[in-house]
Amino acid sequence: MKRVCLTITGLVFTILAAFSQQTPRDTTAFRSRPLKLDEVNILSSYYDQTANKSAVSGGDPGPRGIGDVTDLSNGIEIKLVGWDPKGRKNTLTGGFGMDNHTAASQAYVDSSGHGKRTGTRLYPTLDWTIANDQRGTSFGIGAYYSAEHNYYHSLGLNTSFSAKTHHNGEFSGKLSGYFDHIVMIKPSELIPVDSAAVSSGGSGDSVVYITTASGRTETLNYNTGQVLSKGDKVSIPTSSRNSYSASFSFTQIINPRMQGALLVDLAYQTGYLGLPFHRVYFADSATAVVEKLPSQRVKLPVGIRLNYFLGDRIILRGYYRFYTDNWGIHSHTVSLEIPVKITPFFSVSPFYRYYVQSASRYFAPYKQHTAADEYFTSNYALSAFSGQYVGTGIRVAPPGGVLHTHLSVLELRYGHYSETTNLVSNVIALDLTFK
Amino acid sequence: MIIKPLYVLTAAVTGMYCLCSCQPVKEYQKNRLNDAEMTLSNRRIEKEELNFQGYREGSSGANGGKTGGGCGCN
Repeated sequence: MKRVCLTITGLVFTILAAFSQQTPRDTTAFRSRPLKLDEVNILSSYYDQTANKSAVSGGDPGPRGIGDVTDLSNGIEIKLVGWDPKGRKNTLTGGFGMDNHTAASQAYVDSSGHGKRTGTRLYPTLDWTIANDQRGTSFGIGAYYSAEHNYYHSLGLNTSFSAKTHHNGEFSGKLSGYFDHIVMIKPSELIPVDSAAVSSGGSGDSVVYITTASGRTETLNYNTGQVLSKGDKVSIPTSSRNSYSASFSFTQIINPRMQGALLVDLAYQTGYLGLPFHRVYFADSATAVVEKLPSQRVKLPVGIRLNYFLGDRIILRGYYRFYTDNWGIHSHTVSLEIPVKITPFFSVSPFYRYYVQSASRYFAPYKQHTAADEYFTSNYALSAFSGQYVGTGIRVAPPGGVLHTHLSVLELRYGHYSETTNLVSNVIALDLTFK
Repeated sequence: MIIKPLYVLTAAVTGMYCLCSCQPVKEYQKNRLNDAEMTLSNRRIEKEELNFQGYREGSSGANGGKTGGGCGCN
């Protein structure tokens, strides 16, 4: 009996002792963190191009076909990072860019060659990504807007996802849609003459109204071409162009020095796919017409990337892309970039890229189309040609920042591009990352 | 015309992945792979050149850039 009592007493004390244990507060519990500024990127670039045979002049190899372009581009991107109560990383990125360009061909939208040559493009962007590091997944949405001078405005939306595999691979996909509105600015000589408007100021001469590239109505003396008055900007009809794409990529770590990626895009465009101020001259006529292209296009590019860390200082970045579409263009792109680490925080990256494409079945040079052609363009971007792009970049990323400032990464890159169409261009870019 | 190169490409890609016989790589072995210049996407500084290549050339895509949208008017 005593043994039973002692056993029960022991059990009671044990239970009481068990309840007397205080559960310590879990100080390791995850706490969400609101979005905070993570980094700021400033990207500037300058592009300079010389070319002839511009599409605005119907591929005319003469002086009217000048295709010189300069473009100064500046953009800022602000990245905010935070963690939600479920431990997922939230990244909100907002950007704003502005391009200022001059284009010699733009002047020839007006047949006299005196049209406005300059323009500005503005493009804000917004992206939001949620990444779950424990599961190795991420999801993102983004929006983009762009407005170029008076030529077009474009709205873009996208959604993306990615998932890591158990074998050091990652699959990702992205669905994008771009919804463009192209302002139907025609070459000045193709704007219908307002025959109803006659008699100006008592001179007895007829007047005509034309719409310039800047969307302004001008009143001209029909006989002398003298500008009689410049009106306010007018509303010009627009045509829509929608572009949809599904992009898929699979990246794989192959060994501790090598990783590769397979990239596949499937793109579909519908709507007005030409530009209303691109002229075409037929072989049997001196009068220009506006280029005419099908209203649908399907593109299928497939690319491979392979990066290899050679020794301790050299990286080989290889890329190949095969492209085909239903307009008859097939192309191959090969590039190799070799970043060489002079120090762990300073590298020099020479690169070379070769590109070759076949012509679209709708392309013909200046005055080689005939009126029997259903579709026609003299835009040399759709011709058969090859191009080479060569240059170098430098990257500085010291651990304490450049000169011990918040500037954590400085990149500078220059490239020289030349095509067999006589187009030559140079581009220099500067990217600054502040942390 | 289109199909033949696609077959060749598909075979090449499949062959590359099969022949490489990926090794298991631990986190501590990824210091080289995590280098900023080993990234498998285009870098931000390449944005302008991707932009002009997309408009000056008849093809685009499979490089992280756009496959449509925008004007490229000039």
